[in-house]
Amino acid sequence: MAITNSETGISNPIFEDVNIGDVLPEVVKNPDTRQLVMYAGASQDFVAIHYDQNVAKEAGHPKVIIHGALKSAWLGELVTSWMGDEGRLLELDVSYRAIDFPDAVATCVGKVTDTRIVDGVGLVELEIGLRQEDGTISTPGRALVSLPTREIV
Amino acid sequence: MTTSASPGGTVISDELRSFVGLESIPTTYDIERHAVERFAAAIGDSSHLYSNRDAANASSYGSLIAPPTFFRSLLPGDYPKAYPEPFAHILDGGSKYRYNEPVKVGDRITVVRKITDLFEKHGRMGTMLFKISEISYTNQMDRLVATQTTTTITYGTGEKDSGVGDH
Repeated sequence: MAITNSETGISNPIFEDVNIGDVLPEVVKNPDTRQLVMYAGASQDFVAIHYDQNVAKEAGHPKVIIHGALKSAWLGELVTSWMGDEGRLLELDVSYRAIDFPDAVATCVGKVTDTRIVDGVGLVELEIGLRQEDGTISTPGRALVSLPTREIV
Repeated sequence: MTTSASPGGTVISDELRSFVGLESIPTTYDIERHAVERFAAAIGDSSHLYSNRDAANASSYGSLIAPPTFFRSLLPGDYPKAYPEPFAHILDGGSKYRYNEPVKVGDRITVVRKITDLFEKHGRMGTMLFKISEISYTNQMDRLVATQTTTTITYGTGEKDSGVGDH
């Protein structure tokens, strides 16, 4: 379903080779509190529930929680690493339905739910989500990407 | 000054309601190579497009670009008046990004945030205030490169989390 560049090892899917039901390669994360602090600094998000256990408990959490936006960054990586350099991310929606905590495996999953050509552009609709260790999807979402078509390639 | 939650009442005061439609003071950021690299490292994304200049230059983008959620680091400016947050704690409800074109290292991006809706819900954590904001990102060519629509939830009393005012 994809052409892999032998030099970079990067897969560049072509629109015509993508089918509804195709599953994206999983992106697995196992964040620790250090990564939360790195993300706080890099994103300028200094809400203290992400690094101060007392503040997190005061807010009703058992311990510090993962930034929702860090989860959306991982889901962005799930999509962009699949679509390769020739694809373009057009839409990314994420909804934080459940809280995730550090020191647990978080797996980004996705599958193709629709393919269509609009104005000559090959569009692929994806259902994406962050899966917790017990199988719960804490962070469902969707994405829309454009992929190169064979005629252009 | 701030309203408190009361049975049958609302935390959405006239003053709070007056923020719907109000735009934040525009803030402009230079998209710097090392800020992008640090962000990519923080999210754990090793794509060459964010940190390998030669490979990125040779790609279809022709340049280093920022990851899709790098916009989170481009904080909007303040509103023209102080936002009267009634609650102490904050949760992020989600984001919807729409991308028109990639952000490249060297771009200058101007950020404006506007609250489009405020409503409240009652749940496990008591009364919760939901704030829907639309953030626009415009580049140095005056082109709207992306928008982010956010849902921010605040709740509870007590000492305010130091970061609550930023979102």
